[in-house]
Amino acid sequence: MSYLIRRLEFFFITLWAALTINFILPRIMPGNPAQAMIVRFHGRVSPETVKAIEVAFGLKSNESVIQQYFEYLRNTFTGNFGTSVTFFPVPVGDIIKQGLPWTLGLVGMATVIAFILGTLLGMLSAWRRGGFFDAILPPVFIVISAFPYFWLGLLVLLLFALTLGWFPLGFAYDLTDSINLSWSFAGQVIWHGFLPALTIVVTSIGGWILTMRNTMITTLAEDYVKMARAKGLSPIRIMFMYAGRNAILPNLTGFAMSLGFVISGAILVEIVFNYPGLGFTLLQAVHSEDYALMQTLFLMLTVAVLVAVLAADLLTALLDPRTREQG
Amino acid sequence: MAVRVVTEPVAIEPAVVTSRRGVLGTLARSLTANRKALAGLLLFGFFALLAVLAPIVAPYDPHALQFDQMLQPSRTHLLGTTGTGQDIFSQLVFSTRESLLIALAAGLGATLISVIIGVSAAYMGGLWDHVLNLFTDVFLVLPTLPLMIIVGTYLNNRGLLVLVAVIVITGWSYGARQLRSQALSLRNREFLEAARARGERSLYIIVFEVLPNMTSLIVAIFFGAALYAVLAAAGLQFIGLGDPNSLSWGTMLYWAQANGALLAGSPAWVLAPGLCIAALGAAFALINYAFDEIGNPALRPVKRRR
Repeated sequence: MSYLIRRLEFFFITLWAALTINFILPRIMPGNPAQAMIVRFHGRVSPETVKAIEVAFGLKSNESVIQQYFEYLRNTFTGNFGTSVTFFPVPVGDIIKQGLPWTLGLVGMATVIAFILGTLLGMLSAWRRGGFFDAILPPVFIVISAFPYFWLGLLVLLLFALTLGWFPLGFAYDLTDSINLSWSFAGQVIWHGFLPALTIVVTSIGGWILTMRNTMITTLAEDYVKMARAKGLSPIRIMFMYAGRNAILPNLTGFAMSLGFVISGAILVEIVFNYPGLGFTLLQAVHSEDYALMQTLFLMLTVAVLVAVLAADLLTALLDPRTREQG
Repeated sequence: MAVRVVTEPVAIEPAVVTSRRGVLGTLARSLTANRKALAGLLLFGFFALLAVLAPIVAPYDPHALQFDQMLQPSRTHLLGTTGTGQDIFSQLVFSTRESLLIALAAGLGATLISVIIGVSAAYMGGLWDHVLNLFTDVFLVLPTLPLMIIVGTYLNNRGLLVLVAVIVITGWSYGARQLRSQALSLRNREFLEAARARGERSLYIIVFEVLPNMTSLIVAIFFGAALYAVLAAAGLQFIGLGDPNSLSWGTMLYWAQANGALLAGSPAWVLAPGLCIAALGAAFALINYAFDEIGNPALRPVKRRR
């Protein structure tokens, strides 16, 4: 059980760290964002909003930092993130609610596809050591992993949308339509999401291929694989059930821990494709110096990553008896 | 931003080095013998040369607004001109300087922090190790780009130093984790026992006994961090968090995007800086991967199929 306890400890400490970073940043940074915001709002803001801004940025000098900290925590857990400047006077929470499903859908789908495809290709590459796949894949994907996500997005946009006209230039569905539950709308979403998802898959798949290959090379040298060969089991069975199966867990852990990187890249992809997710919202927040929105976005993305990490940890605990017996 | 896959690194027992000259000698020999490393080094050398020779290679002043706007590539303007009439090729050449500088400076800073945190965690062990390890993992998993964006926006100072600092703060954790596991595997080796028995101080043991044996991993981490820096800087500059008047590839992409270069039919403005970022990144990635192969012979390509 100690494995699970350690992972839960990690989950809560990271969550706390993200919350605290959010609290500390506006207080240690030079300048006074709160004052600037109040000035910008001058005349068209309710006393409650002024109070909320003051709380968020630590302007209530009559309260101690500790008091402010707990008030901030209470606001965060009750979903009171303040008001957005960009979309004034919409509360930040509502804006997040609009963008979150798009980001989760896009990044989630792309990541799962990249993980499955990459793991399979990595397995094949290690199995056929020195074969065609093994000679081509690693160097190709080392180079592709060095591509900036957003630049590959621009490239794909230029080729498939602008030049060939196969896919739309951006956004998540036809702007003439509104969100509804119909087959034609689902088709639009897939059609619009194809290029951004492709970009994320292509840039992130190399990581899975290389780790899977490298881990599998290690497991292929293990005695239980030799034993399986000696028993005369079919190569397919040895590849998937013996060597692959044992190599997949480290890959799964790695998968979860690097989601933060994937999210970072996906934010830029969304910006390139004008995809209405959190990344695109973040850009708008940057342009209008909307600190409340920015910080909540950071928090939400962190929570999304952490939940995925925890899910992968639980899955590992389920699949790997060693984690259950002892830490 | 490149995906970096985080696995518990296989604890590779580093070959214990016998003489100081041996470290660099072995390193240089294995670097030139590995084809991926050689390709990476050549690419890197090309950009380094370009950065130094920029005033000679570039045909025009990169800032001069003396030409017609949005010219197509031609013999006088190899890559055309920008929306404000600057020569894109000259901008590209001069941008090598800042992009390379950011990569090396941020790579160096991040490596330094990785070494300090990773090695001291492994060496001190116990509660310290637990705390430092947790700290590393927290930084590893936080989505760094939004964090960088927030800090960048707050600082409102678009200088080079801020950019480098932001990248260093968010980029050290991956290396620290790798270094920690290698230092752990070294901790109880005989030559360290011997040093302790001689009564050497911890700092002496870490600097003169542990670190020389981790040289190849540290160099690999430096190139990994430099790759991260190239991509992170490009991303931040692309969304406008760099100095918009500076010359670097990310800033060029920012202006290209702001002028709608793709829709306006000037793909070269977008393609060229991105290609340079990718090529410099690939140089670092290749060298980094080659070091993995050097450190772990099992990964090396096999010549013949069995």
